[in-house]
Amino acid sequence: MTSLAGASTLRAVVAEVNTPRRILRAILPALSLALVVAGIAWFNPRAISYFGINLMLNLGIPVVLATIAQMFVITVNELDLSIGNFVSFVGCVAAIWLRENPVLGVVILIGCIGLYALMGAVIYLRNVPSIVVTLGMLFVWQGLAVLVLPRPGGKAPAWLHDIMNLRTPYVPFPIVAAVVIAAVVHFGIMQSSYGAILRGSGGNPNAIGRAGWSLLRTKVVMFLLAGIFGVLSGLSLIGLTTSADANIGKGYTLLSIAGVILGGGEFVGGRVSPIGAVIGALTLTLAGTLLNFMRISPDWQVGAEGAILIIVLAARALINRAGPGVLSHK
Amino acid sequence: MDEHSANIVDLTHIEKTFGAVRALAGVDLMVSRGECVGLVGHNGAGKSTLMNILAGTLAADAGEISIGGKPQKHYSVAQAHKLGVRCVFQELSLCPNLTVAENARVLHPSIAGWGWRKQAGRLIREKLDAIFPDHGISTDSMVGDLPIGKRQMIEVARAFTVTKESVRLVILDEPTSSLDSHRAGQLLAHVRRAITDGGACVLISHLLGEILEYTDRIVVMRDGKVVAADRAAAFSRDRLVTTMGATAAGRTGRADAGTVARGSTPVRVRAQPVRQSDGFELVAHQGEIVGLAGLAGHGQTDLLLTIFKAAARRTAGVKISDPVALIAGDRQSDGIFPLWSIAENIGIRSIKNLRRGRLISPDLETRFAESWRDKIKILTPDLRNNILSLSGGNQQKALFARALGSEARIVLMDDPMRGVDIGTKLEVYELIRSEARAGRTFLWYTTEMEELQNCDHVYVFRNGRIVADLRRDELSEEKVIQSSFEEAIHS
Repeated sequence: MTSLAGASTLRAVVAEVNTPRRILRAILPALSLALVVAGIAWFNPRAISYFGINLMLNLGIPVVLATIAQMFVITVNELDLSIGNFVSFVGCVAAIWLRENPVLGVVILIGCIGLYALMGAVIYLRNVPSIVVTLGMLFVWQGLAVLVLPRPGGKAPAWLHDIMNLRTPYVPFPIVAAVVIAAVVHFGIMQSSYGAILRGSGGNPNAIGRAGWSLLRTKVVMFLLAGIFGVLSGLSLIGLTTSADANIGKGYTLLSIAGVILGGGEFVGGRVSPIGAVIGALTLTLAGTLLNFMRISPDWQVGAEGAILIIVLAARALINRAGPGVLSHK
Repeated sequence: MDEHSANIVDLTHIEKTFGAVRALAGVDLMVSRGECVGLVGHNGAGKSTLMNILAGTLAADAGEISIGGKPQKHYSVAQAHKLGVRCVFQELSLCPNLTVAENARVLHPSIAGWGWRKQAGRLIREKLDAIFPDHGISTDSMVGDLPIGKRQMIEVARAFTVTKESVRLVILDEPTSSLDSHRAGQLLAHVRRAITDGGACVLISHLLGEILEYTDRIVVMRDGKVVAADRAAAFSRDRLVTTMGATAAGRTGRADAGTVARGSTPVRVRAQPVRQSDGFELVAHQGEIVGLAGLAGHGQTDLLLTIFKAAARRTAGVKISDPVALIAGDRQSDGIFPLWSIAENIGIRSIKNLRRGRLISPDLETRFAESWRDKIKILTPDLRNNILSLSGGNQQKALFARALGSEARIVLMDDPMRGVDIGTKLEVYELIRSEARAGRTFLWYTTEMEELQNCDHVYVFRNGRIVADLRRDELSEEKVIQSSFEEAIHS
């Protein structure tokens, strides 16, 4: 019995050590954002102003929304490879129909969201990997976007343009938008009681099923939410750029995945963080600006962004591995 | 709901088959109010299948389920919950990415709205306090960060929590396997308290002491049937062991007992399980068939995999003298390459010898496979056919051919004969014996007594440790069961 008591105190100690580790992990995304902002301030102090932040973070809003869409999908252990092309398609629809024929535009966008929900149902019911389904959808969205808008053009509806160029007092609009998005999604998925079920269905689907919840429903809800945020991302993008192009959101697929992971999410196991994902998306947006200020040629920027990603993930892996083990190693 | 009915559960003639395996062959089970029923049986007796059906997670092929005196037509998990039937499954059903309180909520859809987290936290904390005083679990902890013992405590406590529907029956499938004796005692004491309040409980455990001490009635299952059911007082340890054990099928003894005396041939394998603290080790000599027995999942597969890894990299606690081949237990996921032909599946382990220059020679591969087809009679018109064109037994033969055709002198077998028909089994036994005579060493993990009869030496595993070392002449089913189920008194 003495050895048992010893073992349990040891475990208690390990649990104690675990808590700061989790906190460290949680602040890592914020830390990387702070570093990037500090870097920008160092190279160009004037950028940290109302106007400068507006300019730098404007295009961050659609990235944030696409990242949240991707996060919903990743929560239930799936991956959406089509989100970038979906955002492009939504952009084309917005630039062509939403201004001239709003009813048709809205019907199409609602239909798109329905298609996302259907995708979730198919993935669950037929047990097909989401990578296959969304890879197929990637080409569908791309094709549709080219059909809708063969040449760059179109025009954003005025109201959309006005929303995206809102002048909020004191705090720049992109920051207000990011905070609101993070708060709403955090409440919905981390704080609400059904949110716990949604995350649980990524952590241990069997357990959720055995407790009598429908796994079909959780999957459909998550894809539905992804569709909604994908549409919001496309709309906000067009509100900013005022005209569209069939490939306008193409880079968002990888950017959104990177944002989720950078923000502390895991590919499997239902471990995600909406606040982290928003911060991750903003970090990636600002990283490009920082590299510009550092006069790194655009040819190297993609590689430099990748390097940032690798550094942050390596730091996280180190934190994960550190813990009780490191004390005895060193 | 009929509150006056004495029987909470009435299962009549439940049948369930998985492919060719008949897991339940017409089982009747009755649990009445205020009763704790112990359910015992060896591996594959059908206990867990039966409990899954009762919990609504599996649908029975035939038979009737009636809860609280009401026959259930469309029985499902949701229905089971509504009727107050809860189950603590053997493999834990908690979400590791949720907190303790959130996991409690998963079981209670009625906890919602503002303050749900506090409500769920209070619910689970009160139950934990009641069952396991001084548990030291914070309801805000992430379940994945907690050690396995605490997780089991949470899961057990969660099964007893009540919100809307009252709990009528709690099924506990090996609930004490990760608890120390102190916590196990607290749990079982709580079970007794819960049933005096009008609930009922089904307890599955391989610790026969728990069953005899804490249950009112004991049901013994074997080969998918109930073979005995009586008051607990009418059973003794010995009677339980003999009822569980007597094999229904006729034994197929060894054709020849021409074994070499142990120790006259060189040692091929020496291995110590990681959790073995008393210095005991598994030893296998050249030409020996060594059996690894005990209940499923008690460390046999782990040891085989450790030995297999030791062939590639030096591993503490394991010494081997020759190349090793492993015949996997789960043929579909770990054994065959489903897109390849039969010949490719057989040749992959010996690819070095089937090359011409730097490339694989299909000719050599086919010839190699043909020689094995004739040797162990794989039934196929063409070895170039896809491996899936073979029946299960013949696929398994192909896997044996892969291992035996290789240069490996040590063959590890991870219960490879699961779901194989008896004819094939007998052929393979003969093959193994003849290969052993030719000097190969076999380590054979099996859950079937009949297969242990083919072994020269048997090690019985329990909780990741070797607990018995039986020579061929000492081997008896009773001894194996006795040591598999022995109480861990001094732990």
